[in-house]
Amino acid sequence: MNYGIVSQEQLEQIDAILSDKLIKLGVDCVIIIDMAGNIITAKDNGENKYDVYSFAALAAGNFATVDAMAKLVGEQEFSLLFHKGKDSNIHFSKIDDELLLISMFGRDISLGFLRLNVVDVIEKIRNIWDKK
Amino acid sequence: MSFINLKDKVVQVKVVYYGPGRCGKTTNLEYINRTYRKQIVSEMVSLKTHGDRTLFFDFLPFDMGKIKGYDIKIQLYTVPGQVKYNATRKLVLRGVDGIVFVADAMEKQREKNIRSLNQLHENLQSYKESIFRIPLVMQYNKVDLKEHGIPILPTSVLQNDLNSRLKVPYFEASAITGYNVAATLKKIISSSVISIQKKLL
Ligand SMILES: Nc1nc2c(ncn2[C@@H]2O[C@H](COP(=O)(O)OP(=O)(O)OP(=O)(O)O)[C@@H](O)[C@H]2O)c(=O)[nH]1
Ligand SMILES: [Mg+2]
Repeated sequence: MNYGIVSQEQLEQIDAILSDKLIKLGVDCVIIIDMAGNIITAKDNGENKYDVYSFAALAAGNFATVDAMAKLVGEQEFSLLFHKGKDSNIHFSKIDDELLLISMFGRDISLGFLRLNVVDVIEKIRNIWDKK
Repeated sequence: MSFINLKDKVVQVKVVYYGPGRCGKTTNLEYINRTYRKQIVSEMVSLKTHGDRTLFFDFLPFDMGKIKGYDIKIQLYTVPGQVKYNATRKLVLRGVDGIVFVADAMEKQREKNIRSLNQLHENLQSYKESIFRIPLVMQYNKVDLKEHGIPILPTSVLQNDLNSRLKVPYFEASAITGYNVAATLKKIISSSVISIQKKLL
């Protein structure tokens, strides 16, 4: 099995991207996890105190379940994974086969706007990863 | 796959309790959750049916403290043991670093233990992981039932059925009274951490 090790420099670059591109736009909390449910990094706006470890375990399970269902009905994957609530929403996005980016945001951001920015962020993170 | 964060010096280690339905996996985590409050930062998460059977997994994060300057966070999971849930069992095994195989020592569960262990072997293979290589500890659970006159498999029989080729550390235990629950946990944590250290060197 491959061991996930990220250097301090890479993590700092990733954290900066998440802050700049998502938290500053009003996203409440962003977490990058791997498919095993480990947390790679988490950033928030300082107001929310989510239990990120439990959240990561549940999110990885949720993503894996939906992915397995997609395969059962003959889809490669379901590209949009989004949970909508009254005051908060959760958006999942695959970075690569091992990593997921999860954004939690409130009513003042539209899904379309979030998705545009998430695509941009993922592109930038992949670049950092490829240099590894 | 354990995840190592060099910036914050945190290592996350995934340990999964595996075994047939009703063998006592969830009871192990409940005991740990009750007994080690200081090392547990958040609530235990249980995805279960109305009848208290595990539907997807239980999750309990356990803080080990520091080893060589690194914060060791043990993520404890259980799988659902019921036969029909193998697809979800497999999902929980993704990226596992260490496994506790909980066998039910009741005589009538003998076949189920063997079948469950065989399936664990297959499930690990689907992740290109091997039951012979991954850190593994055997737990022969429910030995307290002997006192209540319920027929229990002798440890020699369980060893022969389940551990004759694997030859991994084993414990007789009673998850409900807590007997050897901590010993099992300590053993799997140390095996997993040693194995991660080896892979890093
Ligand atoms: N006597 C006795 N009963 C036990 C012991 N461990 C678990 N039990 C009982 O066995 C039953 C099943 O225990 P669980 O911990 O829910 O079993 P599980 O392995 O999580 O079961 P699934 O979630 O269906 O896979 C419960 O009624 C427990 O109280 C034990 O050491 N001794
Ligand atoms: Mg259970």
